[in-house]
Amino acid sequence: MTLSRDHKAMRVFGVVALLLATVGLSLAVGTRSVPWSEIWDGLTGRIETIGAAAVAVRMPRTALAVLAGGALGIAGAVMQGITRNPLADPGILGVNAGAALFVVVGVAWFNISGATTFLWLGIAGAGCAAVFVYAIGSTGQGGATPLKLTLAGTATSIAASAFIIAVVLPRNDIAGSIQSWQVGGIGGARFDTILPSLPFLAIGLLLSLGSARILNALALGEEMAAGLGQNVAWGRAMAAAGAIVLCGTATALCGPIGFVGLVVPHMCRMIGGIDYRTILPLSALGGAILLGMADVLGRIVARPNELDVGLVTAFVGAPFFIWTVRRQRMRGL
Amino acid sequence: MSVQTAEASDAVQGAIRQRVNRRSVVILALLIATALILTAITLSCGRGCFAPGDVIAALMGDDASGATFVVNDLRLPRALMSVVTGLCFGLGGVAFQVMLRNPLASPDIIGISASAGAAAVFAIVILAFDGWLVSAVAVVSGLLVATLIWALSSNRGAAGARLILIGIGVSAMLDSVTAYILLEAPAWDRAEAMRWLTGSVNGAQLPDVIPVLGALIVFGGLLAASARDLNILRLGDDAARALGVHTEATRLRVTLAAVGLVAFATSAAGPIAFVAFLSGPIAARLLGGSRGILAAAGLVGAILVLAGDFTGQFLLPARLPVGVVTGAVGAPFLLYLIVRTNRNGGTI
Repeated sequence: MTLSRDHKAMRVFGVVALLLATVGLSLAVGTRSVPWSEIWDGLTGRIETIGAAAVAVRMPRTALAVLAGGALGIAGAVMQGITRNPLADPGILGVNAGAALFVVVGVAWFNISGATTFLWLGIAGAGCAAVFVYAIGSTGQGGATPLKLTLAGTATSIAASAFIIAVVLPRNDIAGSIQSWQVGGIGGARFDTILPSLPFLAIGLLLSLGSARILNALALGEEMAAGLGQNVAWGRAMAAAGAIVLCGTATALCGPIGFVGLVVPHMCRMIGGIDYRTILPLSALGGAILLGMADVLGRIVARPNELDVGLVTAFVGAPFFIWTVRRQRMRGL
Repeated sequence: MSVQTAEASDAVQGAIRQRVNRRSVVILALLIATALILTAITLSCGRGCFAPGDVIAALMGDDASGATFVVNDLRLPRALMSVVTGLCFGLGGVAFQVMLRNPLASPDIIGISASAGAAAVFAIVILAFDGWLVSAVAVVSGLLVATLIWALSSNRGAAGARLILIGIGVSAMLDSVTAYILLEAPAWDRAEAMRWLTGSVNGAQLPDVIPVLGALIVFGGLLAASARDLNILRLGDDAARALGVHTEATRLRVTLAAVGLVAFATSAAGPIAFVAFLSGPIAARLLGGSRGILAAAGLVGAILVLAGDFTGQFLLPARLPVGVVTGAVGAPFLLYLIVRTNRNGGTI
């Protein structure tokens, strides 16, 4: 037992080290190659060269990658736990698309601006989409099976993005500012838009982490969870609220980013076992690593352009999705 | 006595068959008429309307007081492109749906359209191909992806949940490839790329229509030749084999034909959202089990593109490409289909 605990501690230590490495890479690597001395200048605020200025821009971007990635990773883990669905992900279940739709409609039709308003809109959109998809996915026999939920989520995503395109195409004046809510990118991050999101992220994090016990109980089955004295409905609602706040906030900040919430919890289960008290915090770290790495990759592969991080996560995450589908027994789908 | 009963039952069956055949003839005639009317509206109405006489004169090559340029050079290619791509998408879509016995197994859901789109963009932007070559690359890539999805889902015959989900994953991946390639292309600005990605018949020219028309004739003919075997495949592989159908050969032919149709149409007009998915179920509902599902689905596809394009151009407050309109119709229909299938307790 002690050996395995040491083993686990080593792995957690490895994950933290990887996160630090990701942050370092995200600050040091970019479309422009910057020498080490200028990187140091940029970090310490002495911006006299273009290189130092580039690094200064990378700081909020890195912070956003860590925060949004962490939020999406933990939200994915919670969703997989609540729906007992290995394919659950804020992107695949259409929750991010709903959040993006609300933000885009708010900007285009109601002239809404201001970072905090975007956050509220994003959370409202995520909530509506989550309820809608769950309602559709749980009709009929057998309740919310992975297949039904995935199809309902995909259809909702498609509907939302068709609507977003219809709203945005005729509006050349706002097309530029709205672009990031279509694909999902963190290129335009600024500290003054990130700061208002911190309380929301903290609330979402607390709600999610607090639901670890109910998720553990649910993993045994609903009857078993009720038998263990858990208030299943209430616990699920709390956990879902946490996940929705996290996805809505992340999407309001950087657009719909899919597959992070799918890949990360599965990886974390391989590293840290099936206890949600471990999986949830690990997923936050893992999500930050994945989104940070995907962002670095997006800056490198398309030089001198940048590839939106949402495209990178889709390209990396979709094969993982297929692999997960293949691993499930047909009966489970 | 028994002879009489048999005769009576033959007569009843004959009458039913006749009525069913009559229904499909009526429906097909109505669909053709609707498509023709929509084509006529597309030709004569737009920002300004021309009298039918002027339109006919312009089409015949006579000089018709300003109508010549608008009708012949702007609206005729657009109408033809709409009809031809609509037929291709409708036929290709229903072929997959019938072959895999699942309305969700349409090319735009399981990634065939996405692969044709990605390949077309790759051929245009990176390889600098144009015309036939683009479509050829799209066909090859569509076939490769079809094979890949088949292999990954390793489930012959009906399309199970696994094939659909794997197709959705493949779609997501290929869409990100398309977006990446478009980003690399300096000449394409994002709005234009988005317009193409959703599907548009805007700015269609006659030379663009010809390859699609050729594909419609070749691959549509191949599909029509396989129609009988395809219909028997619906009964299941064992029954089809007992009736003397080469199931694998039929499946191969139908896949080739459907991928060809979808790929050519996609490389000409972009993946017009959900036309392939919508046409089959709509046609099936109209026909109510009568014959002629392929032809009816093709016509429904043409009608969808014509009507969607006209709506996007003139009936909405803003001008939108046809794909946005069909997407806005198709996504709720997809949701409805999911709910209905769930309610009936069937596995999708």
